[in-house]
Formats: sequence, C-alpha cells, structure tokens
Amino acid sequence: MARALINVPAKSKRGEIIEIKTLMSHPMETGFRPGMDGQLIPRDIIEKFVCTYNGEVVFSAQLYPAITANPFISFTTIATDSGTLVFSWTDNKGDMQVQTASIQVE
Amino acid sequence: MGPDTQAMQKDDLANPGMLSVLEGDALWKAPVGASQKSCASCHGDAPQTMKGVAARYPAFDEATQAPIDLAGRIIQCRAERQGAAPPQREGRELLALTSYVAHQSRDLAIAPPQDSRLASARAQGAALYSTRMGQLNFSCAQCHDDNAGGHLGAAPIPQAHPTGYPIYRLEWQALGSLQRRFRNCLSGMRAEPISAGSADAIALELFLMDRAAGMKIETPAVRP
Repeated sequence: MARALINVPAKSKRGEIIEIKTLMSHPMETGFRPGMDGQLIPRDIIEKFVCTYNGEVVFSAQLYPAITANPFISFTTIATDSGTLVFSWTDNKGDMQVQTASIQVE
Repeated sequence: MGPDTQAMQKDDLANPGMLSVLEGDALWKAPVGASQKSCASCHGDAPQTMKGVAARYPAFDEATQAPIDLAGRIIQCRAERQGAAPPQREGRELLALTSYVAHQSRDLAIAPPQDSRLASARAQGAALYSTRMGQLNFSCAQCHDDNAGGHLGAAPIPQAHPTGYPIYRLEWQALGSLQRRFRNCLSGMRAEPISAGSADAIALELFLMDRAAGMKIETPAVRP
C-alpha cells in the first residue's frame, strides 16, 4: 500500500504564493536492474503526477526511470479560493493513488 | 552530512524515512497472527509506552540469556507472543516497526543499560571494532576514530555514532538497519560481512551505542 506525505499550508491569504510539498512512497524500480536470481526486476515506476486545485490543473509532471525512489515533488501555486487540492500519482500499470488536502483562503 | 541532507532529515514532510514510520504506525495497530493481537493490544499507545526504549537497546534478554537488539525483540514478540510469522531482517515490515518504535525516542539521549551481564558482549564488540580484517586489512577504528572527519575517496568519514537507525540512506534509496550498514562497510573493506542478527553484530551495536552514550536519537535519520 503506497503512502504519501503532503504539506499544504492550512491557511493563506488570497493572492499569496504557496509552496506545496509532496512525498510519495514508491520503489521506482527502473526495470533495468537484475534481482538476486539474475532476472530483470520488472519496471514499476510512477509515470504521471497531477495536482488539481478546485478542479483546475495547477501542476503536472511526467516521471522517468532515472527519478529516485520515494519521489519528492515540490511546487508553488497562487492561493485563489478555499477548496481542495487533489493529488494523483499514476504508475506504469495504470494504477492511480489519489490524496486530497484542503486549503482555507482568507 | 551536508546542509541539504540535514534540512531533509529535519523536515518530517520531506524525510523519506517518515513514510516507513507512518507504515509502522499502521502495523503497530493491526492485529496479526494466531493470537489476533496487535502490538498496541499489549503495549498501548506507542508515543508513551515506547518512549526511550530505543535509547536503551540492545538489552539483555532473560529468555535466551543473551543480548538482543531492538529488531530482534520485535521479531521475538511477533513470533512468540503474537503467533505470527517472524518478520525478515531488512524486510519492509521489520524496518517499519523498528523505525516507528525508535522514532518515539527521537531527541532523547542514548542511555545504555548498566547491566553487568552485557559487559562481555560489549567487550567483544570493542575488540571487533579495533580488529583488522579483510583483504584491505582495516579495522573500524582506523577510519572512524583515527580518520573521522577526513575523506575516503569523495565520501566524508563519520565518527560512526549509531544515532539515527534505521536510517534512510540516499545511496540505498531505502531504509536500512545498522546491521546493513555494518555489512556495507565490511564488504567495502573486502572482509566477510557479519550476518544479520548474529552475536557479533549485536556485540558491535552494544559497543557503538555505549560509545555514543548521551548523544540524541534522530530516527529516522537521512544519510547520503
């Protein structure tokens, strides 16, 4: 079961630039490494990360095999309205992990 | 340890070791094995009951009449008292539980037990620490006492204080135990690695914890 740590400021002022930090638990297995039995370990990586803020995409990224295990992604956006931020990580098998965080804008 | 790594360790939302602590929290509360008991069924609320525990391990185990490390104690509890399959050393479950328990002692000073029955193992650890071994014919002390603060290739040589185990090592891209770190060092000096959970490994850990007495626990630490 994958886990994520998300840091969104709980409160902010309208128009303020806020920093969002996400840390996702994932092996990011490249698919190029042999295991103990000499066979290649199948690729298991996150391919896509998307963050939406009240339904609008504010940040997205494509990830490749060279990205570390447990990828840490940090970005900024402008606090426009109170609402929810939805984070989704999609891996190469198509499985999606979704987490949400709420923000209060004054 | 550079300022970037230190910042990563201090920020609980950027420290990848915290993912394992979080997993340990869930495992702590989940009933397992034949007894269908969770760790919490006996030990209750870990932030209170497990506070300071990691600071005084390895300890003397009455049942086996030998020193036991924290991971060993968890394996013993899992197998004997919970009736579950004993978790594997370096496995995800054991690392998560160990880091969760050790995390409860963060910022507490290491306080090795003053138990006379541990003295012989501690002396064995001290002897191992200064024994030359392997094709390169190094002892732990030659690097970590005589040349601490210097460099081995590009890597800084630390003083070998086991304050933050299990650590998240960026090179491993994963959490690992002190015993994995021992094996890592030993294979680097072309010596025979000490097997996991062996008496030698626990003796060396006993000695190192005693040597680091008074230093603060940092689990989960981040190291390059």
